[in-house]
Amino acid sequence: MLLFFEQILNGLQLGITLFLMSAGLTLVFGIMQVINLAHGSFYMIGAYVCATVAARSGSFLLGMALALPAAALCGMLMEFVILRRLYKREHLDQVLATFGLIMFFNELTRILWGRQPLYLNVPSWLSGSIELLPDLVYPVYRLAVIGVGLFVALALWFMFSRTRLGMQIRAGASNRDMIGALGVNIKLLYTMVFGLGTMLAGLAGVMAGPILAVEAGMGESILILTFVVIVIGGIGSIRGAVAGALLVGLVDTLGRAFLPTLFRLVFESATADAAAASLSSMAIYILMAAVLVWKPTGLFPAHS
Amino acid sequence: MKANFRKTAAITLGAVFLLLLPVAAILAQEPYFISLFSRILIYALAAVSLDLLLGYAGMISLGHAAYVGIGAYVVGIFFYHASEMEPLFSFPFLLQGSENAMLVLPLAVLVSAFFAMVIGSLCLRTKGMHFIMITLAFAQMLYYFFVSLGKYGGDDGLSLYSRSTMPGLDLDNDLQFYYFCLFLLMGFLFMAKRLVESRFGLMIRGGSNNERRLCALGINSYKYKLACFVIAGAGAGLAGGLLANQTEYVSPGLMHWTLSGELMVMVLLGGLGTIFGPVLGAAVFLLLEETLAMYTEHWMVYMGPFLVIVVLFAKRGLFGLITGEKHNNG
Repeated sequence: MLLFFEQILNGLQLGITLFLMSAGLTLVFGIMQVINLAHGSFYMIGAYVCATVAARSGSFLLGMALALPAAALCGMLMEFVILRRLYKREHLDQVLATFGLIMFFNELTRILWGRQPLYLNVPSWLSGSIELLPDLVYPVYRLAVIGVGLFVALALWFMFSRTRLGMQIRAGASNRDMIGALGVNIKLLYTMVFGLGTMLAGLAGVMAGPILAVEAGMGESILILTFVVIVIGGIGSIRGAVAGALLVGLVDTLGRAFLPTLFRLVFESATADAAAASLSSMAIYILMAAVLVWKPTGLFPAHS
Repeated sequence: MKANFRKTAAITLGAVFLLLLPVAAILAQEPYFISLFSRILIYALAAVSLDLLLGYAGMISLGHAAYVGIGAYVVGIFFYHASEMEPLFSFPFLLQGSENAMLVLPLAVLVSAFFAMVIGSLCLRTKGMHFIMITLAFAQMLYYFFVSLGKYGGDDGLSLYSRSTMPGLDLDNDLQFYYFCLFLLMGFLFMAKRLVESRFGLMIRGGSNNERRLCALGINSYKYKLACFVIAGAGAGLAGGLLANQTEYVSPGLMHWTLSGELMVMVLLGGLGTIFGPVLGAAVFLLLEETLAMYTEHWMVYMGPFLVIVVLFAKRGLFGLITGEKHNNG
């Protein structure tokens, strides 16, 4: 039971990271109708900048404070120089151009930082573990990740439903020509939304830094998971991103943790381990296929 | 008329070049080119099959590498069982491994086509962005399945100790293998050309241009799209089977989405919806990769921006530039 609770927390933490990634991407998908495969690169940029600054200065917070604007600025620059020209083009063009950008960003990181992965230490004031329940000891850093994610989700909710900017973004999502005609500078709005999205991706990268190795290409594995989240949740919907991220995080983590045990009840152990290993890594894709067959536009479609 | 002449000339020149290339390579004592171009022919086959989806049916599949991988694994798994003298399975009937190309290549095509049919029938329920994402997800699903398949090497893949056997041909001989690939590529090109010019081709193009109108005419475009998806998957499976033979190595890497992306790049580089363009695209992409890799290990830092520039400014692709034609959906 304790193990189950611990795995739920782990799933929640993966889900939160995925939410940070998908919140930005789903806005870009939904509002600008543009497919950005290079979103994972900003996750990588965030992690690299934070790791480098933290290693030089010894301060994780300073690293984070510089990593977020770096990711946002890189994103806005990319939007301004390249993506802006692709809004009216076909999806195929967007896929190919951003595929080229992934190659560029990954290789550039290898040139700047080398092929060896960097390691980012958990800051001392967040290291250690606390006892949540009797016998349930959980690392503080992972709890902090969950906390930050919840805070960002609340802040985004507030921004979207309670501020003027959020209203304009929502209006842009449902009818961009109309909001342009009403005198909102839609180009600037797009660039800002894009920067917000890449900043959130950078934040996800910063927070994943102490848990995973910081290396070139780290963005791609999470990028694919992010797509799964967005498609499950429904493109362009923040609510869908929350639901999809938690669902994917929990299914993936719990599947990896408990499928082997479940399978061992039925099969002999060698077969069970092999079957559970392949099934648990495919679980989220099966979930996604099932959701799409059931609801082809995702759980919470933005434009219904 | 003039464009048509340029097109015929370009295709003829390309065919003559590919036919004579091994002769030139042997005369120049650079046998390496034969194996490099075998690889190009195989990738070209996969790219042409993808062009049927991207350029004609308007279905943007970001999971085409899955079928390449399946084809390769069919060859690899049959080879493994033949060399281990162990049947693949004994229930409901006994199936032995094999190294015979006359058996394993058609099987690679059939199994890929079967997977394309199952996956395609699910994916085609969705459209647009969702279609891109779900094809990607299925490819990743298969990728992780093979990564965790410990019996066949898992992450490390399977090494084949020789190429498949074929009565009357020695596929281990690079020259004979090259002509074998060329023969299959030309056969597939011919078939694809006939296909897109047929009534069927009209249907799939109609489906991508205006599905609602097609529907109003009483035509169910789903069937046609699925058939097209299956044919493309079969072509990719053949390419996979050949690729397993060419490199004598099979790994889950063949199903990775970066390969799907590279195939898309080849199609676009060559010319979307031109059938012959992707052959040129595959050649240019792989030769460029090869050349850049000679000068710097960081070749991708040049390749990336090059792709962006191609997308932004050279929409018609190289084949379009040569023939002066727009692509078929234009």
